[in-house]
Amino acid sequence: MARTTPSSGSIPSPAFASGPGSAASAPDPDSASAPVEYLLRLADSPLVLSHRLSEWCGHGPVLEEDLALANIALDLLGQARLLYQHAATLEGEGASEDRYAYFRGVSGYRNFTMLELPNSGVASAGATDGDYAFTIVRNALYSAWAIELWQRLSDSTDPQLAAIAAKSLKEARYHFEHAADWLVRFGDGTEESHRRAQRALDALLPYSNEWFVADAVDRDAAATGVGADCEAMREAWLARLQPVVDEATLRWPAESAFLSTGKQGLHSEHLDYLLTEMQSVARAHPEASW
Amino acid sequence: MSDPTKEWPLWEVYIRSKQGLEHKHCGSLHASDAQQALRMARDVYTRRLEGVSIWVVPSAAITASAPGSKDSYFEPAADKIYRHPTFYVLPDEVGHM
Repeated sequence: MARTTPSSGSIPSPAFASGPGSAASAPDPDSASAPVEYLLRLADSPLVLSHRLSEWCGHGPVLEEDLALANIALDLLGQARLLYQHAATLEGEGASEDRYAYFRGVSGYRNFTMLELPNSGVASAGATDGDYAFTIVRNALYSAWAIELWQRLSDSTDPQLAAIAAKSLKEARYHFEHAADWLVRFGDGTEESHRRAQRALDALLPYSNEWFVADAVDRDAAATGVGADCEAMREAWLARLQPVVDEATLRWPAESAFLSTGKQGLHSEHLDYLLTEMQSVARAHPEASW
Repeated sequence: MSDPTKEWPLWEVYIRSKQGLEHKHCGSLHASDAQQALRMARDVYTRRLEGVSIWVVPSAAITASAPGSKDSYFEPAADKIYRHPTFYVLPDEVGHM
């Protein structure tokens, strides 16, 4: 991986701020640019979830839901693209949204581990069919988190990031409405739908721990006012989800010490397969344009 | 909904476009209740900025004229051309009407 990294948690030098993309705007003493590493974290999660949701295309339980999921996937893809474009401008030379998406391997990806898990769910190993409850619970957890994230980043000192956040916030609100609606219907539905929703919640919740444990990259981004304080987001996230989980008559799983490490580039075995499929065409025809 | 194979009821969807004054029928969809029908209508019918307002109506609430009564309902109007105001001579001063 040739890109700048992360483990040091250092913020790229201020020289990035006067990169080619920002030449037109006059320097604002209060504005800053987000570190590329932080932007890739923000971008990789929606890209990977978008891919998982796109796998439902043509396989949704009903036509209307097939379209709804494709819409959500496209929203997430759009968010990822804007963030990659911003990161590419800051990184400069040779960087582009396609290079980020198609030419990084598993260890280069910074998405949360939860989002790469297959649609069949972790509780049903070997299953290849998607479990809609698993998708809905994951979307509910993630979109509730995304609302908190984008709300905070709307005030980012990086004006480009703030603009992306303001746009993404509206989308995340709808994604949550969609997922919450189904979660209640599943949880408070039939015995079978309740069982599946609870199983999905039990399996997925431990993967959310990662979202609220800050490392050096998160802390540096938050300290400069560019990023969000992810640990402080937990309470608001819970407050948004709790009423939905209650209404769905689901049981909130006990706290778990499990900590996934996707945002540091250490992933589950599932991301490799996902990327292989997602990147195959771009890698087979590296210079193609369409 | 004890029978999982039971079909969701059908809803008719009406969309008002940004410039439009009235809601226009644009299609139908299946949904289990009105709120879900609204959300699905948003996802199915407003993806290309078609509208700013949605109505959904249970298809069962619409009473339609029977295709078989087309002859008796509509054909009698066919030879009443005097119902179209095309036999009046308009003075030039009136201009375009």
